[in-house]
Amino acid sequence: MIRPFSFSVGAHPVGDNQTKRRTWRRAQSALPQVLFALLFLIAGLAFAQAIEPLPFKDHAQEVRFQNLTRELRCLVCQNENLADSNADLARDLRHEVFEQMQAGKSDDEIKQYLVDRYSDFVLYDPPVKTSTLLLWFGPLVILLAGAAVVVVTIRRRSRVAPVNTVDDKAADEGDDW
Amino acid sequence: MSRLVPFFGFMLLVALFGFGIWWNTQHDQREVPSPLINKPAPAFVLPKLDDPTQTVSREALMGKPYLINVFASWCIACGEEHPVLMTQGKSIGVPIIGYNYKDAADDAKAWLAKHGDPYDMVIVDQEGRTAIDFGVYGAPESFLVDGKGVIRYKRIGPLTPEAIEKELKPAIAALAKEQP
Repeated sequence: MIRPFSFSVGAHPVGDNQTKRRTWRRAQSALPQVLFALLFLIAGLAFAQAIEPLPFKDHAQEVRFQNLTRELRCLVCQNENLADSNADLARDLRHEVFEQMQAGKSDDEIKQYLVDRYSDFVLYDPPVKTSTLLLWFGPLVILLAGAAVVVVTIRRRSRVAPVNTVDDKAADEGDDW
Repeated sequence: MSRLVPFFGFMLLVALFGFGIWWNTQHDQREVPSPLINKPAPAFVLPKLDDPTQTVSREALMGKPYLINVFASWCIACGEEHPVLMTQGKSIGVPIIGYNYKDAADDAKAWLAKHGDPYDMVIVDQEGRTAIDFGVYGAPESFLVDGKGVIRYKRIGPLTPEAIEKELKPAIAALAKEQP
């Protein structure tokens, strides 16, 4: 329980050390709790600033809005999504998304609206196209290339190993990397 | 020889890293190429700065090419671009239409009075709704629109003397050739 406390010493008779100490101890024990509560308060404020309340029809629509804006990139602070960004443009775009949602547009239609104006860059999940093939399948190609190197190395070693089992020195040559 | 393979692998990574640094110094990483190039400019009807009762539309501007320059009094980079427009604006050969973006009319007027007015006309988009249609995400931005109302070139960030010579003027010259 957090008891109300005061830091003003003047309220206590001067010289009454025990009372003073008790008050201080009480304050001390309450301090972490207060700081803890303050932390939540500040965090709440920051959150409230980033996302202004919008009059959603119901909770489902709010969840849909949150999910959609999280998939869209803010163009001003480009490592932030529309849901989190505090930029002026992000706020405008959130309103735009909200209004289009109210107008009955689907998520895909809203995304297309933004892509038409700001290119695929607004999508955090880039579509598979010829220009993004390397992005999508590049890692797979590198993985396969690595696997091929491993397979070839193992095959070569197993071919060399039976012949040179006795001659350790010769077998070591060349494959110590 | 095979002992050198890790070294070559390392050098390859160094080269890749160096290329990455070079590439990033050559390109503005924040620049998002507009998908609106070679597409019709979005329809707009916006009031004039000096007389808000008058509006200007895309249709009214059809027939001759023009440059839309997005600016605002709060925009610092616009202040860098402004002297360039003042000295070279007249030399590009097409009218420059100032697009006052998310700005207070009084601030914009005071800004133009203080620094000079390089624009043939200034239109106002205080809400920034039309700017979304143009794909504006910052200021300054400039759009070259041809006589048919098609966006032909977009500059993101301040127009520099270099950009005007190397990009804007050739783009305008290309337009002049097309039109009889």
